[in-house]
Amino acid sequence: MTEQNISLTIDGQAVTVPKETTILEAARSVGIDIPTLCWAENLTPVNVCRLCVVEADNSKALVPACSRACDAGSNIETNNERVTKNRRMVLELLDSANDLSQSEELQDLMANYEADSSRYSDNLAAHDEPKVEDDLFIRAYDRCVLCYKCVQACGEEAQFTFAIAIANRGFDARVSTEHDIPLPESACVYCGNCIGVCPTNALQFKTEFDLRSAANWRPEDQEVTETICSYCGVGCTLELHTQDNEIVKVTSPADHSVTSGHLCVKGRFGWEYVQAPVYRPPSAIQTDAAVDD
Amino acid sequence: MFGAGGGTSSYCEVEETEFVLLWGSNARAAHPIYFHHVLKGIRSGASMFAVDPRYTDSAKFADAWLGLNVGTDIALANAIAREIIVSGLYDAEFISRSTSGFAEFAEHVDAYDLAYAERITGVDAGVIRETAHRYATAKTAQILWTLGITEHHNGVENVLSLCNLALLTGHVGRWGSGLVPLRGQNNVQGGGDMGALPNKLPGFQDVDDDRARAKFEALYQTTLNPEPGLHLTLMFEAMSRGELKALYVIGENPADSEADVLRARALLQDLDFLIVQDIFMTKTARYADVVLPASVGWVEADGTVTSSERRVQRVRAALVPPKGARADHEIIGDLAMRLGATWQAQTPEELWDELRSISPMHAGMSYARLEENNGLQWPCPDLDHPGTPFLHGWLWEEGLSGHDPAPFSLTTHEGPKETLSEEFPIRLTTGRVLDSYNTGVQSRAYKSPLRKGADLEISTVDALELGLQNGEEVLVLSPRGQVKMLVSIQKDQVKGLAFTTFHFPDLVDLNVLTNDEWDPLSGTAEFKAAAIRIEKLTGNDRA
Repeated sequence: MTEQNISLTIDGQAVTVPKETTILEAARSVGIDIPTLCWAENLTPVNVCRLCVVEADNSKALVPACSRACDAGSNIETNNERVTKNRRMVLELLDSANDLSQSEELQDLMANYEADSSRYSDNLAAHDEPKVEDDLFIRAYDRCVLCYKCVQACGEEAQFTFAIAIANRGFDARVSTEHDIPLPESACVYCGNCIGVCPTNALQFKTEFDLRSAANWRPEDQEVTETICSYCGVGCTLELHTQDNEIVKVTSPADHSVTSGHLCVKGRFGWEYVQAPVYRPPSAIQTDAAVDD
Repeated sequence: MFGAGGGTSSYCEVEETEFVLLWGSNARAAHPIYFHHVLKGIRSGASMFAVDPRYTDSAKFADAWLGLNVGTDIALANAIAREIIVSGLYDAEFISRSTSGFAEFAEHVDAYDLAYAERITGVDAGVIRETAHRYATAKTAQILWTLGITEHHNGVENVLSLCNLALLTGHVGRWGSGLVPLRGQNNVQGGGDMGALPNKLPGFQDVDDDRARAKFEALYQTTLNPEPGLHLTLMFEAMSRGELKALYVIGENPADSEADVLRARALLQDLDFLIVQDIFMTKTARYADVVLPASVGWVEADGTVTSSERRVQRVRAALVPPKGARADHEIIGDLAMRLGATWQAQTPEELWDELRSISPMHAGMSYARLEENNGLQWPCPDLDHPGTPFLHGWLWEEGLSGHDPAPFSLTTHEGPKETLSEEFPIRLTTGRVLDSYNTGVQSRAYKSPLRKGADLEISTVDALELGLQNGEEVLVLSPRGQVKMLVSIQKDQVKGLAFTTFHFPDLVDLNVLTNDEWDPLSGTAEFKAAAIRIEKLTGNDRA
């Protein structure tokens, strides 16, 4: 063991990790999973969702595992009754104020933690109509849990465009463009990196939105294929999500050294030409040699 | 550069470098995800200076913008070199061990003093001095460039002028320091790697190298022509002399993309026989006698592409191509058999393994390893080799590992071939925008809310002098032709400069205007510098 390493106990297991390792990283390194919502491997933790809280014997309050660095000699419990009760309440509060139906992960967590949001009144004010302002992606803020990931990805964590921020405070807080202007008029450059990090599908491809509206979004029939973007020479890895021989959305792996999960508008949305028959040549044609223009 | 046909550095190095000199590149728009790495570097404390005639989206992130006159890059680079030399900021040890020709170079650039450079380039002498000092004194520094350097009649000399700066300061061959040309197309690096160059066999082995050629002749049991062939520009020259009469065009749209495009179209029209193999019915395909419909390489076929950091990466079929469209390698293979070859049908992986057997720099890159490592950076000579994050480490080794020292190049400022005149007083330069791509055949299909079409961006002063309103249609004339365009007045644009994109040839036949004076070494045309005149339309002329 070098001076740079520290030891602690997580759920009874002795763990040795480099200094500055977070509790989340340390736990995952020994196969203990802790649920997260506002954390992502390609963003700096903002500690807003409180889903990843764990009990540390050197802290009175529960601590967020995603951002708290391990303390030498501390004893962490990631799944005791106090922790479980807190997570259940966080999930119930989120579910009472938002539509979480399109997040498979949160649905699973709610089942695992036996969350019952009917204990809280339904927040009718949150039921906004989805914002459908262009052909690339939609924003359905009744699904937004204010995890800040989209704001981070739009800002200094990746894109440096700063088209969105949290407007208002308290119950009125929501993600907004400047003065709530429509997205096409805002600073947005349609990289879609906000969609890439959204955990609740509040932000989604227009293709997905249309297929869902037509009751034809079938994840069980979809495949994901990794390939390389066809545009500039940077070589971004794309994950093509396909259904019925069509691309329905595009993501990029967060752990890839080229993209860190982020793309530009061409990589994210510029694939339409592949499946627009009007743009493909008729098969093996013999043309007239003469062209007028 | 220095004997290798690729950029020296990995993308992630720019996140750790101290000083970034972004030169003739609007990477924010043209290479957005590479620019994320640059932004990480800036966020970590790197300083960036941007050299560009326009105050681009990229330049807005820089600590200083050097808004030089179009085509004065050599004057600027040589002045930076002179300032580094006269201030004693060069790396004498590096120069004496790893380079040749320093004395002649120092003497040559002595004419490029700051006052001269300011007069030629239009960049403040103090800013040039500051650039030289920052670049030379940084512990690590990178120069990044794109077509603003290469699309000139002397593009190769422009590149060599930037290489000189790296040789003066030792900013090459080390982690965090390097020379980074960003490639404009997803496999333009791979095309060169595979020998799609008139003087190269796959793996950058020279066509006129008997030993290299013998290897290929043995494998393919045929005799190969030792004479280097023609690049695209020379092919058009040969067509104009009537020497080249049949053309097989694969995935290229010269009927829209060539400079002085009216001439190019006439030459395509005059061919005896034109085959076009493409995924689209492009304008070039409409001139063809036969069109061979191809499947889309990155999504309907398996294979590899190589990126700007020399990373070979796998592409994979995710969709079944439309009926009649076939993979490029199948079409070429079938054509070869009709021509009498006895090749066996091969899978993309079998073809790749065949390449590995004769291209030493790819030998260690099996499909399994490419998969496992998210791609590998060449050279990767054997299966135990981890790939090469940065090139030219030998420059820092005693004895240079048997290499010749890297030579300084003597380059001389000329300026654009087409000088401004009373008849054509405005400089037209072209470039990319974020949401579109090349001649638009790919990017036009998706409905981008950002798309504005090909406006002619001009300065407020020129708009005032010409009496033009924003959005007004004007006639734009160059010595080669004329087109109508809509004016977009840009408060950041300098007087005398006009800019537009080349993504919308169906809206504006822009390459009617551009100059096809080309670089004798690279064959690249001077897209970046034409002389134009803007005329206000009278009521009757309006469309």
